[in-house]
Amino acid sequence: MPSRLSTWLGPLPFGQIFLFAGVLAIFALFGSNTVDSMQRTGLSPGFGFLFHQANFEIGETVLPYSAGDTYARALAAGLANTIKVAIVGCVLATVLGVALGIARLSGNLLLATFVHTYVELLRNTPLLLQLFLWSAIIHALPPPRGAYVFLESVYLSNRGVHVPSVSLQGLSWAIWLPAILLTAYASLSLARRLLTGSTFYIPKAAMTVLGSLVVCYLALTSFGLAATIDLPAKGGFNIKGGLSLTPEFFALLIGLVVNASASISDIVRSGIQSVKSGQWEAARALGLKPAQIMRLVVLPQALRVITPLMISSFLDLTKNSSLAVAIGYPDIVSVANTTANTTGQALEAICIIAAVYLTLSLSVSALMNLYNRRIVLRGEARR
Amino acid sequence: MSHIELPPPVAPDWHRWRSGLFGGWGNSLITLAALGAFAWLFHPLLRWAVIDAVWTGTAKDCAVDGAGACWAFIGAKLRFILFAFFPPDLQWRPALVVATVLALLVLSALPRFWSFRLVPLWIAALVLSWLLMAGTLTPPQVSTNNWGGLPITLVVSIAGLAFAFPIALLLALARQSNMGVVRTLAITFIETLRGVPMIAVLYVAMLIVPLALPSGAAIDKLLRAQIGVTLFFSAYLAEVIRAGLQVVPWGQREAALSLGLGYIQTIRLIVLPQALRAVIPAIVNLSIGIVLNTSLLAVIGIYDLLNAAKTSATDPTWLGFHTEAYVFAAAVYFVICFTGSRYSIWLEKRLNAATRH
Repeated sequence: MPSRLSTWLGPLPFGQIFLFAGVLAIFALFGSNTVDSMQRTGLSPGFGFLFHQANFEIGETVLPYSAGDTYARALAAGLANTIKVAIVGCVLATVLGVALGIARLSGNLLLATFVHTYVELLRNTPLLLQLFLWSAIIHALPPPRGAYVFLESVYLSNRGVHVPSVSLQGLSWAIWLPAILLTAYASLSLARRLLTGSTFYIPKAAMTVLGSLVVCYLALTSFGLAATIDLPAKGGFNIKGGLSLTPEFFALLIGLVVNASASISDIVRSGIQSVKSGQWEAARALGLKPAQIMRLVVLPQALRVITPLMISSFLDLTKNSSLAVAIGYPDIVSVANTTANTTGQALEAICIIAAVYLTLSLSVSALMNLYNRRIVLRGEARR
Repeated sequence: MSHIELPPPVAPDWHRWRSGLFGGWGNSLITLAALGAFAWLFHPLLRWAVIDAVWTGTAKDCAVDGAGACWAFIGAKLRFILFAFFPPDLQWRPALVVATVLALLVLSALPRFWSFRLVPLWIAALVLSWLLMAGTLTPPQVSTNNWGGLPITLVVSIAGLAFAFPIALLLALARQSNMGVVRTLAITFIETLRGVPMIAVLYVAMLIVPLALPSGAAIDKLLRAQIGVTLFFSAYLAEVIRAGLQVVPWGQREAALSLGLGYIQTIRLIVLPQALRAVIPAIVNLSIGIVLNTSLLAVIGIYDLLNAAKTSATDPTWLGFHTEAYVFAAAVYFVICFTGSRYSIWLEKRLNAATRH
């Protein structure tokens, strides 16, 4: 009986070993050339530079950072910026995309045509161009004095966007950690119910949500927590108060969200249309109401098609956020680029970019395989 | 008696419109609300783009209060946006290249002309385009640093697809191979390139490749970018081709082997004709993606269509008409890519119809 190694290797084992050695040799050659060229310009290859002082500022950060901190910290701040725009972008793109997908399925010819045009326009122009255009539009907005105001609370000007913010007093770990865990658990179990198609009743679900809100409110007030809403307002030459989004962040966010919403709306539409019309007819014959058909028959099946595609468009959005470098938002690519320019350690900087995105892509695709296996197995077992 | 085939009755257009727009009070409400929203949204847009727009004149005419889009700017900078820094008196060269490439694209798009004779034709066209642009045979020579605009976008995309194809084919076959090392190498290559953003690949081409070459050797900047684009898309194309290979049932390979065909013959005569036919629409869609993504060359300082448009608005006599420049570039991209995507839909229908009969 052949060993596991030899079945893995298959035919021509020596040829393959030669091939592998050849690939290694090419890499070794390029590697040694690179090291030589770096040493010729007085650079020492390696990641030691990460602990040196970085003497550049970063426009905006989630992680506290200032010039003089280490390069490692600068890169971490860039990564945090990437994560910020990716998370906010994915949430908003889902909301907008699902709404547009539903609009396209609504049966209203005008709305469907409009969404179709929107999707075609966005799909057939480069994302980078869309980002440049958004950036140009935002920079062409009036200065804060003449800012556009919506509902007395959202201010649009060439300094970016100002929205109301909620600030909490008396917030501590003891409160928000359990709150986050609870929310995560609730949304996970909700998603599971939706995905497995098991019945759950709206009154019951509503009661649970309402109950937990009341419990949360009571718990929070008894801990002495108070929430105040901070509205932005015009003051002098700028807009004060509220949450301010820089023009760069806003241009990147809106560009990514609008672009991703086009593909998400198409995913939602094709997912729902992938459920055969016979299913609708059968459910109608059983006496289910349209909302029930959607919730109990169509969505559970459509979500199997939709979920993996959605995840891959989230991944695309995250990868596309690397275009931030072109419009001046300091994401990981942009900070790594600055690092490469100031230290000359281009190889290391690119390795860091690649490592970040590869970790993300590979872990997401591993999760997706796991999900697909579960879904497929369940489907097969039921049949 | 002969069988009479009548198509199913189709409702007249106005009927469809009426039920689509005003069937039921809910639908009518949505239509009215949508009309209101469009009027609110598109009125300022229409004023900017058409009513208040300045069509002729100079930058002074566009600086008037209340003026909308400055299309006069596009008229003045059209040649720059299309051909960037190519010497103005030699711009017939890139124009000729664009015309040739577009003519060949139309020719290749018609299934009637599909044959392997197109392959040498394309290779010849690409090589001649390069020679013509560079002026190797017809001096004066023009450095690739001065190339730009639409020809860069088109040539880089098409050459990218052309060179990616053989690489992708080998990668897709290697990924299915029963030789472990070959398979692992292919998977590593494909997943690495699909996992990183294209900009990282372009940075490697720009910053690392010059370091990795032996001292003294150098590759042209545009060529390096071209290699980066080619390798990046070969990973994506490999996955498309793999999907096609999976369409062909394994039994066909076994049948071919039992007929005495070798591996290469089996792949060439049995598997590939079916596999590629199944994924032609997907390949067309990927090519659209390539055209759109060549715009990333702007980030590494190559003057493709997008970068030329961006730079055109930094001309001191026409300063700051970015929006107009981007809208024009968007229109050019849209025409190319929308035509491509309609073509892919048409082709898919046609191919499906052909296999059904």
